[in-house]
Amino acid sequence: MELFGVALSMLLLFSGFGVLIGLLFGFFGMGGSFLVTPALMVMGYETDVAVASGLAFVFATSVIATLKHRDLGQVDYKLGVLMIAGTTGGIEVGKIGLHWLQDIGLADTVVSIIYVGLLGGIGLFITYTATRGSSGGGIDHDVADDAEIDGEDIPDIAKKIQSYRIPPMMQLRGGISVSLWMILGVAFATGLLSGFLGVGGGFIRMPALFYLVGVPVPVAVGTDLFEIVFSGGIGSFLYAMDGAVDLSIVVPLLAGSALGARLGAAATSLVDESEIKVYFGVMLLLGAIAVAIRKVGEFADVPVLQTVSLVIILGAAALVSGAVVVSSVRALRTESAPSTGAAD
Amino acid sequence: MFGLENATGIGGAALVIGVVLLEALVLYVGYGLLERVAGPALIEALRGGS
Repeated sequence: MELFGVALSMLLLFSGFGVLIGLLFGFFGMGGSFLVTPALMVMGYETDVAVASGLAFVFATSVIATLKHRDLGQVDYKLGVLMIAGTTGGIEVGKIGLHWLQDIGLADTVVSIIYVGLLGGIGLFITYTATRGSSGGGIDHDVADDAEIDGEDIPDIAKKIQSYRIPPMMQLRGGISVSLWMILGVAFATGLLSGFLGVGGGFIRMPALFYLVGVPVPVAVGTDLFEIVFSGGIGSFLYAMDGAVDLSIVVPLLAGSALGARLGAAATSLVDESEIKVYFGVMLLLGAIAVAIRKVGEFADVPVLQTVSLVIILGAAALVSGAVVVSSVRALRTESAPSTGAAD
Repeated sequence: MFGLENATGIGGAALVIGVVLLEALVLYVGYGLLERVAGPALIEALRGGS
């Protein structure tokens, strides 16, 4: 059976996967794009289709996030426009690089290896910080408008980088003066990641804006959201010109993800994320293992490993989002149960 | 999907990205309404109808 020319089973698969992705990343306050592209590759899609569809997903989710935040917090528009210019350049170079690797038959291998490192690295970091009871030092879009990080927390290397004053210098909000090359360098690097891997890059851009460019946290958050809408749109447009954006993936994935993100965001008021964050870290580690298993299966010509990797990546996402749902329902029922203790 | 499988070039890309943007807007409004209408009943049901 088909709907809009796409098999109903595929629509249900992507919608269901979208709900899991949205629930997880809505709950844990991250973008979610860095699990979409590897999952599509594990499902057997061409690398450029996986990256392009991941990027279109990033664009749509950033539009929804922007509508949700509406006032965008504190945006430095001058910084945002410069970031868009640098990011667009990076995306174009990343796209050219990916197509070149695809032409010589190495795109899948190179992107898979990078994803194993990326998912493994972030997974290890989250698992490590979760087991140590630390917040992990990350910055997400739900940070408070008046949030600030103690100057003592800025590593020496970041202070050293901020101290380089290569002209031309740009004046930013809050009286900050920073080299144009630093802004363009950060933007280009994150654009390169977006164009090559199909990720939003906020997990690198926001800390980079704070630590390397030196902008305050609320400005970094608002400007990142402003910037990703444009660069995500431009990036997916560039890929769509080559016909690489697959709507039969993006449309159901987004439909599920937008619903899941609302559920995930609602769950944050019921469950303390630090209680189950370790599972999220383990899930990302399993994602890295799934991508690696698929590649090993290809090299060793063992097709069953393709199925094993798919089961691992979908199963891990289902288990962790299940944990979020179960914890939320338990918290709701505990909340509504009659209290037996004395009032204080 | 929607007959845009072979959409390429500037016009094709504009159509594809337009569909994605339109869907994002519709989902934002639609799920917002759904949350407002069905949210309280869902929470009540999950609480066990107490």
